[in-house]
Amino acid sequence: MILTMAIVHIPPLMRDLTGGRDKVSVPGKTVAQVIEALDAVYPGVKARVSDGDRLAPGSAVSVDGVIARLGLRAPAKAESVIRFLPVIEGG
Amino acid sequence: MNAQEKKPFNVVGERLPRYDGADKVTGKAIFGPDVALPGMAYGFILRSPHAHARILSIDTNRAEALAGVYAVVTAADLPPAENMDQRYARDNTFASDKVLYVGHAVAAVAARTPALAEQAARLIEVEYEALPAVTDVLAAIRDDAPILHDEMRTHSLAGRGDKPSNIASHFQHVKGDPAQGFAEADVIVEREFHTQTVHQGYIESHAAVATWSDDGALTIYTTTQGSFAVRDHVVWLLGLPMSKVRVIPTEVGGAFGGKNTSYVDVPAALLARKARRPVKITMPRPDVFLATGPSSGAVFRVKMGATRDGRITAAQAELFYAAGAYPGSPVGSGANVMFGPYVIPHGQIDGYDVVTNGPRVSSYRAPGATQANFAAETVIDELTEKLGIDPIEFRLRNHAREGDERVDGGTHGSIGGIETLEAARTCAHYNAPLGDPRPGMRRGRGVAHGLWGNWGARSSCMLSVNGDGTLNLVTSSVDLSGTRTTLAMQAAEALELPPERIRPSVGDTDATGYADVSAGSRTTYATGIAAIQAAEDVIAQMKARAAALWDVPVERVSYAQGVFTSGADLRFTFAELAEQVTGAGGSVGSLANVDVAEWGAGFSTHIADVEVDPETGKVTLLRYTIVQDVGQAVHPAMVEGQMQGGATQGIGWALYEGYAYNEKGQMLNANFLDYKIPTALDVPMLETVIVEVPYPKHPFGVRGVGEPPIIPPPAAIANAIYHAVGVRPDHLPMTPAHLLEKMGVIES
Repeated sequence: MILTMAIVHIPPLMRDLTGGRDKVSVPGKTVAQVIEALDAVYPGVKARVSDGDRLAPGSAVSVDGVIARLGLRAPAKAESVIRFLPVIEGG
Repeated sequence: MNAQEKKPFNVVGERLPRYDGADKVTGKAIFGPDVALPGMAYGFILRSPHAHARILSIDTNRAEALAGVYAVVTAADLPPAENMDQRYARDNTFASDKVLYVGHAVAAVAARTPALAEQAARLIEVEYEALPAVTDVLAAIRDDAPILHDEMRTHSLAGRGDKPSNIASHFQHVKGDPAQGFAEADVIVEREFHTQTVHQGYIESHAAVATWSDDGALTIYTTTQGSFAVRDHVVWLLGLPMSKVRVIPTEVGGAFGGKNTSYVDVPAALLARKARRPVKITMPRPDVFLATGPSSGAVFRVKMGATRDGRITAAQAELFYAAGAYPGSPVGSGANVMFGPYVIPHGQIDGYDVVTNGPRVSSYRAPGATQANFAAETVIDELTEKLGIDPIEFRLRNHAREGDERVDGGTHGSIGGIETLEAARTCAHYNAPLGDPRPGMRRGRGVAHGLWGNWGARSSCMLSVNGDGTLNLVTSSVDLSGTRTTLAMQAAEALELPPERIRPSVGDTDATGYADVSAGSRTTYATGIAAIQAAEDVIAQMKARAAALWDVPVERVSYAQGVFTSGADLRFTFAELAEQVTGAGGSVGSLANVDVAEWGAGFSTHIADVEVDPETGKVTLLRYTIVQDVGQAVHPAMVEGQMQGGATQGIGWALYEGYAYNEKGQMLNANFLDYKIPTALDVPMLETVIVEVPYPKHPFGVRGVGEPPIIPPPAAIANAIYHAVGVRPDHLPMTPAHLLEKMGVIES
């Protein structure tokens, strides 16, 4: 079985958990799975980016440069680039 | 596809009459406050006189006893909240334990007449324990500030704060090594900027009529930017099935982001259920200022560095946005765009969402961007001056291209910022002399450049073919700015039919597919894609009908310019075929649903000429030009109108508008006499230059248009003022008093 490995950009404020690493590759077919995998390697990540089964308030996630409307349920592909962002809105 | 490789169009690009024009200019259009139903009662909302107070008790007995009163509701009539987001929304509908701003809703009354409803509301006895209030964003983050929410801890990716705070959240973007970038700079500018809370200033107030069926179904007529957004909000707060809530949008008399949010729908629904009759609530104008969602006042600390040859080496900013009573300021959007147009090798942006004792902010046309652009583009102008480089040339030297990464981590897609700046550099205004000032006056010219990301998201469009070959187009995308026309034009273009064959309308939530709010400059773009897809499906279905009638394979049916053919002999016009589809597969219609994940950013460059009276501080706009990349102008006259309207609102931010509070947190100018918005007397004819760099992911190249033009005006005018009188304004609005202080004529 080939594991999907997503590339997660670690935000500066979270790099205390990753020993300063700014990018980490972890497996996962959804954003939620990627976060679980990240949390297994770097405990504490999940608590910072999510709130139960949702993203943390005021937070968004992008997959391959596109804001993921499905949030934690958004699919991740091999080599997908995942970033955690503040929410952007329009008027 | 670039500007030189544009597609030829039949309909797109024409200046056609608006479908909604006749009813609007003859007074026949039905706006929110116009709706009336038989047996309807009138609602009035009682609001807090305090900016911050604990509610000790609410006694509604005297109000309920008044003859002609049908219902009284409070927070106790709302289901309990299940999470913090819902609690904030619930408490912003009716305060439960605390009021957090003057105007915070506490209770509502339905009565036989509007006057009676207000009279009864005044009989409600609310006992408050007044608390200290804070309306200023920097005061709110001090250690000794009054805390609005005892449970609030700062959320950030660094973890949850360990003590109560008014900073709801903090985020940080870092690119490269800012310290290294500043070390490489030959020139560094560092400034602080302050902006005030401003309101969208729509002329039509919020209004809704709610009515319940005996089977528990709720229907709401309302003025909104999104009928499904209202439905979902009502469902969320009242715990109803989605299928039992129908929202019928009215015409909208201005919104600009302020009608993304629902304010009177839930109170009207609660009152109507209790009163057992339809209830209408129309917000009085003061309530609109006090209790709807304006844009954030903000504070910026900005530092930028550049080399002698005009290359930006680093940029850094701290953004503090006032969210009002509950979290959710547009600080993320501000951070997203403030340095966005440029290649910044080293940068850092820290954003803070801060709760204050004001109304909960909402979206306002390019939310968060105008404030941030004022700060960034003023600093850039100062850099260009210190380096002796033309302001447009400096921006061109540093401008981002497709594939460049921003400080916020995003990457630019197809953009037309450079083309926009080039068009500004060659336009008549930029090359015209400033002219001599009147005696005693000073003149200056300023430039600013801005970016807005725009939006895509979910839309739907339904096309039905009638027996006479005409079509009806129905969408749930609320028409704020003439989008019925631009959607019909795109459908007509795809159908290769004259646009007058199509009658577009806006449907309600029971009658059409889902659409997100008409916001983010997305409707002509995203719903346009749905209209094109529906049109393509209609053509495919019509081909199948023709194939059945002719008894030929569908692959042998061709369509062009409104005519179906197969071989040399078989021919139907669109109307002829439409008349014969019965018996050949039946009626033709299509519902296209799209979820558009990518969209094209819009750039806008503004040039402002001002004359300043150094004795009084009065600023007169002499000439103003808006240059903007719109991808493809579907309807150039409406595009120009958007550019002029956005710029006019930005001019209001620049020179006139701002919430004024006293020390108790009470707004002093909650009316259009004291809260000045620009009028025709304040604004010269705004010149427009449409730049068209087609966006490749829309079939016709369309980009969002509505939001970019509100972004650059404050910075363009501030830079013009500097070049007139030699002082740099750092507060919005740039009132005469502010300029006189800066010039040393008066003391602060």
